[in-house]
Amino acid sequence: MKNKTKNGTGLHIVKRASISWYKAMGIRAIALVCAILVCAIVTWALTRESPLEVMATIFGGSFASQRRFWVMMQDLSVLLLISLAMAPAFRMKFWNIGGEGQVMIGCLATAACMITLGNRLPNGLVILLSLISAVIAGGIWGLIPAVCKAKWNTNETLFTLMMNYVAIQLCAYFIILWEKPKGSGKVGIINQSSHAGWLPVIGRYKYLLTVIVAAAVTIFIFCYMKYSKHGYELAVVGESQNTARYVGIRVGRVIVRTMLLSGAVCGLTGFMLVAGSDHTITTTLANGRGFTAVLVAWMAKFNPFGMIFTSFLITFMSKGAGEVATNFNLNESFSDILTSIIIFFLIGCEFFIQYRIVRKKEAK
Amino acid sequence: MFNFVAFIPSAVKQSIPLLLGSTGETLTEKSGNLNLGIPGIMYVGAISGVIGSFFYENHLTAVNASINPILGIAIPILCSLLGSLLMGLLYCFLTVNLRANQNVTGLAMTTFGVGFGNFFGGSLIKLTGSDVPSISLRATSGCFQKTLPFANKTGVVGKLLFSYGFLAYTAIIIAILAALFLRKTRLGLQLRAVGENPGTADAAGINVSKYKYIATCVGSMIAGLGGLYYVMDYASGVWSNNAFGDRGWLAIALVIFTVWRPDLSIFASILFGGLYILYLYIPTGTNMAIKEIYKMFPYLVTIAVLIIMSMLNKKENQPPAALGLPYFREDR
Amino acid sequence: MDNKQPAVSMRGITKTFGKVVANDHVSIDIYKGEILSLLGENGSGKTTLMNMLSGIYYPDSGHIYINGREEFIHSPKDALDLGIGMVHQHFKLVDVMTATENIILGLNEGKFDLKAASKRISEICDRYGFELDPNQKIYDMSVSQKQTVEIVKMLYRKADILILDEPTAVLTPQETERLFDVLRNMKKDGKAIIIITHKLNEVLEISDWVDILNKGKFIGNLKTSETNTQEMTDMMVGHAVKLDIERPEPKDAKPRIIVKGLTVSSADGIRKLDDVSFDIRSGEILGIAGISGSGQRELLEAIAGLQKIDTGEITYIDDSGKKSNLVGEDPEAIAEMGVALSFVPEDRLGMGLVGNMDLTDNMMLRSFRKGKGPFTDRKIPQNLAKEVVEELSVDTPGLSTPVRRLSGGNVQKVLVGREIASNPTVLLTAYAVRGLDINSSYVIYDLMNRQKEKGVAVVYVGEDLDVLLELADRILVLCGGKVSGILDGRTANKNEVGLLMTSLGGAS
Repeated sequence: MKNKTKNGTGLHIVKRASISWYKAMGIRAIALVCAILVCAIVTWALTRESPLEVMATIFGGSFASQRRFWVMMQDLSVLLLISLAMAPAFRMKFWNIGGEGQVMIGCLATAACMITLGNRLPNGLVILLSLISAVIAGGIWGLIPAVCKAKWNTNETLFTLMMNYVAIQLCAYFIILWEKPKGSGKVGIINQSSHAGWLPVIGRYKYLLTVIVAAAVTIFIFCYMKYSKHGYELAVVGESQNTARYVGIRVGRVIVRTMLLSGAVCGLTGFMLVAGSDHTITTTLANGRGFTAVLVAWMAKFNPFGMIFTSFLITFMSKGAGEVATNFNLNESFSDILTSIIIFFLIGCEFFIQYRIVRKKEAK
Repeated sequence: MFNFVAFIPSAVKQSIPLLLGSTGETLTEKSGNLNLGIPGIMYVGAISGVIGSFFYENHLTAVNASINPILGIAIPILCSLLGSLLMGLLYCFLTVNLRANQNVTGLAMTTFGVGFGNFFGGSLIKLTGSDVPSISLRATSGCFQKTLPFANKTGVVGKLLFSYGFLAYTAIIIAILAALFLRKTRLGLQLRAVGENPGTADAAGINVSKYKYIATCVGSMIAGLGGLYYVMDYASGVWSNNAFGDRGWLAIALVIFTVWRPDLSIFASILFGGLYILYLYIPTGTNMAIKEIYKMFPYLVTIAVLIIMSMLNKKENQPPAALGLPYFREDR
Repeated sequence: MDNKQPAVSMRGITKTFGKVVANDHVSIDIYKGEILSLLGENGSGKTTLMNMLSGIYYPDSGHIYINGREEFIHSPKDALDLGIGMVHQHFKLVDVMTATENIILGLNEGKFDLKAASKRISEICDRYGFELDPNQKIYDMSVSQKQTVEIVKMLYRKADILILDEPTAVLTPQETERLFDVLRNMKKDGKAIIIITHKLNEVLEISDWVDILNKGKFIGNLKTSETNTQEMTDMMVGHAVKLDIERPEPKDAKPRIIVKGLTVSSADGIRKLDDVSFDIRSGEILGIAGISGSGQRELLEAIAGLQKIDTGEITYIDDSGKKSNLVGEDPEAIAEMGVALSFVPEDRLGMGLVGNMDLTDNMMLRSFRKGKGPFTDRKIPQNLAKEVVEELSVDTPGLSTPVRRLSGGNVQKVLVGREIASNPTVLLTAYAVRGLDINSSYVIYDLMNRQKEKGVAVVYVGEDLDVLLELADRILVLCGGKVSGILDGRTANKNEVGLLMTSLGGAS
């Protein structure tokens, strides 16, 4: 257990046996406060505005108007959905960073159904077929690396990373095939006049359906991971493959099944994006959220309800920073900087939850 | 007719950022650190250089002087190295000292780096008050693009071999040096031991953290130069936001494709660079879509290599055994 | 003894780990040009003692003299500087590198020249008769070649005091012969060599002196030419101790599992079990004795469906006499066949339990599949956890405590409690009382006897012969992967078992 430091100060890093939840939360809260302070300093240095005004602007980014609130909720829901998809695989210690591609392929499948079947089949059927094909497409995108991992132990991090770009290029290919008008390089709004394949809007709230789906999936994933036999199996596989084999869990099958689910939820997210809110497809529709979701899931320690908070935090900050950028004449990428500062602090603070630094008198 | 004389030089120019990025990432991964922040680091490397030379060029305009080639090259390079070094240090601090997960840290760094690049790029663009969304650093770029005097006089050979700026040759030299370092030196051997089996390396008296730090920081700086080359040479000194695109990820793909060998990367990067622009040289007629399929090839072949290597399970061609895993002595 | 100066002299060495005294005022000497065997059962403190010589541990008290001078060894590097090199049981080698690269790793000797290093390595090999290709990659090597690399690594670093921790445990008889030849050459060259072992025949074959430890205490120093296995066994196992463990008479014992000609090899191709045949009977405790690494783990894992089997048969016979073949089936398949098999593995937190999960979740490992529907039933495992905690008096802050935070004995109680609770017909246990205090141990013995009375076929792999002799109805003795004898637990005596463990007993 001894880890004598080079300079002989005798600082030891000791793994904590346990930490109470409020202490852990306290450490995270301190990290969050520090992160916000750094963000404030950075913002102040760039804008020279009073911090209070900046705060108000950040808050306004999500809450200034009803429309903004709903846009924030929509973004939050999408990010949450992708993070939820990541969680089971991560719990299994399968490093799926292919959320981006799994979402995009779901988008592509949905768009394909809407474009090719729209106005030819009854609307409900188009929606149903879009949903099924998006879920299957996302599932397959998750399945391929999982099968290789189970069979040959192929490195899943690198594999899923590559799959992202295969999916994006596939989208790019079909976007040009379907481009409208010709030569624009864009698909435009699909079935703009007929609304074929569009998901219905609940009342006046265009984004409410996505929020409801996200809420339902949150509960589903929570129950799946916490109460289902599958969830239990994947947790055991993640903790110790030896133990899993010992109690008769077939490890390969669990890996494949879990990634199928992860991919399917990503596919569903793609379906919600294309059929529900955007009604078009571009190569940047996922907009890096497949990667951000990894961070969201990680910061919440894979707890679906915790992810509501972390995805809110990220969305809120990026909306707020975006607002600061427009108001104070900064570049819109400002939000990326602020959110990554917060993320750095939050992933760094885990160290202080896992370990204690103790000063020991002269170690031998 | 396929125009090789035009194709090869563009493929090479396209390949240099990839080569630098993959060489840097290879060094990093050999220490067991899977730095997925490389795309962000390349952005930071590029924008830091741009910032440096932007102010230098502005100063020149103010005093009405012409560019000093040495400063014109040294300032952006030093700025770029400094920027990417800081990124490397941040990654190491989080993963080595604070033991944060490498994948998560890397992805956060990429978000940060790309945001950083675009933010300062955008801010500089606003400063210039120009109508086009880009910054143009013609004078600096002129220094970087300078070719050997006889390049234009030696015909096809000159065009194929001598028509590149000095950073292109530097990149190849770095790749060769990196390959030699890994294979032929004591430090290279010890670095590889750290990435393969840090426990054994530690027992042999090798300072694991130090090796991880140095390899990751040097790797980051090399990768940062890739970003700089892209702006200053390839893009003729024109920075526009997001123009660098996904080349950083392609560089990571290249590391796998070349099974962690920088010397192979010299040729493989040209192959990737060629695939990246192949659509420009193949008569596609009206079928514009097919070029997107060509762009997919680098990733597809990388996946194929990854699968085949894991199927063959030949030890030399596997990722470093401790890649992505943290090392704490007391966990043994 | 001679009046020449010892190369190593350890005087009054004491080392404690928490409450456990690993070495209690142990003193040993070793001279240049001699081979010393350090003999003792598992847990007798041999490796601990040598770890203090090689700088891994630092003694609580006592003195170490190297060539007559008192030295303080704080790290393996200190030890190497004094010319002390230790070859551990777990090799520290980088797989994808060559022998040469591994040998020079971490050294800083001027110019980096692999060719010159290879040449020096070849010289060392020729000098002592090692067979080693300096350019061969480690992953291409057999265990014995890897061991050679480790030994050469020490010699390359100019070690002249060499410690080998159970070097023959992983070797075939032919490889062992070759190693001994090399060691004799090194001895001739004036090196001092210490071998940690518990194989008596090897002690007699190779060493000049033997020092015997028992439960951390130094028992005696013998000249091998003047001793015999009987004397060494007696000193090693100590005198029989009366434990008063209950042993009910088996009722209606009939074969439950029949093992025939079982042969198992490790991934490295080392034969771990060789033509093993025996039966496990219901209502009876079958003790398995043997020096550690004699194939006990492989035997239990083979029955539990966790080990690849080369040849042989494992047949399960249920109460109605129906036979099912267990070879080639995984644990899930075995369970689906209706074979109620419980297994307490040696590696508790690495295999039997999940360290990061709480008691309830760990209870669920066996039962989570039960019940219809996609959800797990947490009520039953929770109640079971409560029961186990109460009945076995597990010391835990609560049911939602991760088991890795419990002490070793409590972890074991949780594991044994769970395995028994699943109402097995066969209960396999490996070192079920290792690390437990006396009271807990008796609780476990009692549990096993209750299972036996219920008609369960119990297998008890143990290391304490006194316990085996009082608890088991029959004792199967393994030696080097072979069955060296099956004895009646009521009539067998300690020496008999001890001799069979070292393969010098009667019929096999």
